[in-house]
Amino acid sequence: MRGTLQRVQTWAERRLPALTRYRRLESLPIELHRRRIYIVPTGFGIGFSLLLLVMMVGALNYANNAALLLTCLLGAASAASMLVAFRSLDGLRLSHVRAGHAVAGQPIELMLEFDSHRGRSAIRVDAGHDSTAFAIDAGGSTQVKIALPTVRRGWQPLPRLRLWSSWPLGLFRAWSWLYPEQSVLVWPQPETAGPPPYAAADDARHMRLHQGDELAALRDYRAGDPQRHIAWKASARHTNLLVKDFEQPQSRPQWQLDWRQLHGLDHEARIARLARWLGEAQSQRHNYSLWLPSNEIASGNGPLHYARCMSALACMP
Amino acid sequence: MHAMTPPPRKSRVASVVDTRAFDLLSLTIAFVLGLHAMHLPWWLGIALALILGWRWWQRRQRTGRVPRWFKLPLLVLLVLAVIAHYGSIFGRAPGVALAVGLLILKLLETESARDVRVGISFACFALMAALLFDQGLIATLVVALGLLPALATLRALEPAQAPATLQRTLLPGLGLLLSALPLALLAFLLVPRLSSPLWGAPSPNEARTGLSESMSPSGFTDLLTDDRPAMRVSFDGAPPPANLRYFRAYVMWNYDGSSWSYADVVNHAPAELKAIGIVGYRISMEPTHQHVLPMLDMPLGAPTGATLRADRVVMADKAVNDPLTYTAQSAIQYRLQPELGVRARNLGLSLPVGFNPRTLALGQQWRQRYGSDDAAIVQAALTLFHDGGFRYTLAPAPLGHDAMDDFLFNTREGFCEHYSSAFTVLMRDAGIPARVVTGYQGGYWSKYGNYLLVRYSDAHAWSEVWLAERGWVRVDPTAAVRPQRVSLGAAAAADGQLPWYESRWLQSLRNHWDIVNRWWGQGVIGFDTLRQHGLLTPFGIRDVDTATLGVLLAISSMLFIAIGLAWALLRRQVGDPLRAALHELERKLARKGIVRRPSEGPQHYLSRAARALPGQRDELATLMRCYLELRYAHDEPPPESLRDFRRTVRDFRVVRVVK
Repeated sequence: MRGTLQRVQTWAERRLPALTRYRRLESLPIELHRRRIYIVPTGFGIGFSLLLLVMMVGALNYANNAALLLTCLLGAASAASMLVAFRSLDGLRLSHVRAGHAVAGQPIELMLEFDSHRGRSAIRVDAGHDSTAFAIDAGGSTQVKIALPTVRRGWQPLPRLRLWSSWPLGLFRAWSWLYPEQSVLVWPQPETAGPPPYAAADDARHMRLHQGDELAALRDYRAGDPQRHIAWKASARHTNLLVKDFEQPQSRPQWQLDWRQLHGLDHEARIARLARWLGEAQSQRHNYSLWLPSNEIASGNGPLHYARCMSALACMP
Repeated sequence: MHAMTPPPRKSRVASVVDTRAFDLLSLTIAFVLGLHAMHLPWWLGIALALILGWRWWQRRQRTGRVPRWFKLPLLVLLVLAVIAHYGSIFGRAPGVALAVGLLILKLLETESARDVRVGISFACFALMAALLFDQGLIATLVVALGLLPALATLRALEPAQAPATLQRTLLPGLGLLLSALPLALLAFLLVPRLSSPLWGAPSPNEARTGLSESMSPSGFTDLLTDDRPAMRVSFDGAPPPANLRYFRAYVMWNYDGSSWSYADVVNHAPAELKAIGIVGYRISMEPTHQHVLPMLDMPLGAPTGATLRADRVVMADKAVNDPLTYTAQSAIQYRLQPELGVRARNLGLSLPVGFNPRTLALGQQWRQRYGSDDAAIVQAALTLFHDGGFRYTLAPAPLGHDAMDDFLFNTREGFCEHYSSAFTVLMRDAGIPARVVTGYQGGYWSKYGNYLLVRYSDAHAWSEVWLAERGWVRVDPTAAVRPQRVSLGAAAAADGQLPWYESRWLQSLRNHWDIVNRWWGQGVIGFDTLRQHGLLTPFGIRDVDTATLGVLLAISSMLFIAIGLAWALLRRQVGDPLRAALHELERKLARKGIVRRPSEGPQHYLSRAARALPGQRDELATLMRCYLELRYAHDEPPPESLRDFRRTVRDFRVVRVVK
């Protein structure tokens, strides 16, 4: 059933220009308007209208005008709910898409930011198999997180997003397709096991992360400096407190990760290994630099540095 | 290469409904149960309420369906109970009992959103079924009220909403219903009515009280305390005075010693009538499930679908199972049947043998005293009632075997039935042909509605005696005892004997409220094929047939859809008036090809426009300066400057493009 539906949908998108118009990529922000919102009754809507029909025939048969009036009222309210469903999407705006970080094979988190003049409820966004519901206050904006499955490293275009709502009564389903012109970068998947970049004994002597003990200079006191570092004698000669500054020795080992070291491995395996090394270096708080044929990243550490290195790896041809 | 397929993800939309939706569904179903409680046997109502309450409590403790071994026996029990009580599961009352029971059993297995939707659909159906019992204004409004929790339940099924309050739960449904009302009314007016039912119309299961074909001692008391409307009468001219508002229903000849009864004589021609004062009127009567149509005094003919019987009693061809409106003409002054045949005379004098010896003696004694002066005998009887210590009461002492003897000589208390019966027996004993007539007398004249409201409690019984050369003459012996009964009505006559809810001020309140009921009864309940076809008479179309109605319905529905679409597509300009004014300016410039780029600020854009339009450089420069000042020099731009700016933008015309 579902497969048939999807085939019909694919066929319709190929053959019907009105449906395929929005197959093209669109730049953000995307605002929904009447020409791109579709609406059909749900299964419940069809069942409910059949019930209304039965009630109407019954009321007519028994010449029961009060029942007929209420049936008409319920029917008219159902029809009005169709307009409400349409309005819950009309004018909605997707203003930003922000992507998180993920390695290939793991879902990547997307942050969609919607805004609207009107308050809206029960809008759902489908991306792939993932469905999330959200509401917006009048004049406000909402960030919706969705998880996008990834397969391989590199730039991955956003899939078509489906915004839909069956608000308010679940009788009608209004939907619209969004195809934002934006890609997310998927990092390479690190290999699961392999040799370390250096022998373990190599860096054991560098594992001190505390401050050094060679006095380098005096500097002004900053809030939070330990009391025992204050240079009391020197401070007495100045108007403000001076603190003894100890030089950080080269306490962290310097990992030089180099594409050229990895002979005998194929292209993707090299990337996977470098990715694992980057991860280890990051978790063990080493300083590391990366050399790639297309790119060279100087030594550094921290999450930003890590992201830069991984992105460079992901962008490898 | 590590190409991994993503693991199948479970949908995040929960399949189990939350407590709020379930509570609202329970509320809806409780409403339905409450609405039907009167029609259900009391033990079934209580049992269903207990099941409902238990399930609600159980679902709050722990979600999950009730096990099947618990549900199935309940289902069997329900069907058995309905069959045991009603004898069948078909028909209106058993069908409704079954439907309400099934609805509550459905709640036992309600867990998913789909279950809730099915339950709500079913609840809507059961709500409408309540209107099969009573389609009055109040009942309809109450049923409409039941739609609110139903709609709220459907809303509660939707994910991601603002936090719910009572207001936010029920009011949007009300708004939806109100906005749907115009379309609903239109559809109601135009949906073609069936001229004959597609399948059997429901048979009335409960006998309503109303005038019956026989008049027995206690039968009338129920009627006299039933103050539901029986019929509403509007007159062509001024209404007849209060003491002439006699509506005849049955004429009763046969007396068996305890009760009077009507015998339908089909093949007799109506009695000859010489009419003098004629009144035209229209009666809308409530269903009685009987054939008789009450007529003001002496009808000249029968309305269509009814026949005039021998004693100018009007019988409808079909029992009146739905509200019925008919027009007729009647004589208020008349001479009925000046020549009485021998057979009719004998019938009008016959009495059961061996009953009421003292009454018989009194009648014969009057005959001897007054000779052949029948009118004097009638007067003597009325004088007896007036001066003989008789009392009008709705709760008289019971009468024995010789009922009329008991009444005339012992208890001397009673109401119209006793008086008319005793009077007629007395007349027959004295040799004057006489008969009992039942019907309605009086009614409440509504000044604002311009109609006469007749209640069941206005039921009355009186006599007709045959006098030579005058024919049948109406004599109301109750009036001799209690003149108020005739001049002021039943409630005045029964002063102080009615229960509190029929006290005078409440009664008057209800009389006024009846205008609304009448409007509802005529405008909504009585809107039938005939009225529908005459719908467009004011617009010159005499008879609208079904096809035209369909076309009209289609056209006007489209009209409403267009209005609805216009509303749906409307986008209010909200927010900043300054930005709106700038947008207007941008639109004007864009029409001449100067389009603001997404990355362009207002200053850059307007400078570019000024360069493109050298003729209006100063104007544009001023506008730009104004805009920048309004935008950035104040937290809140002063309203008068803002107004000036908007006016300047409105008046701005792009005159010439030199590019």
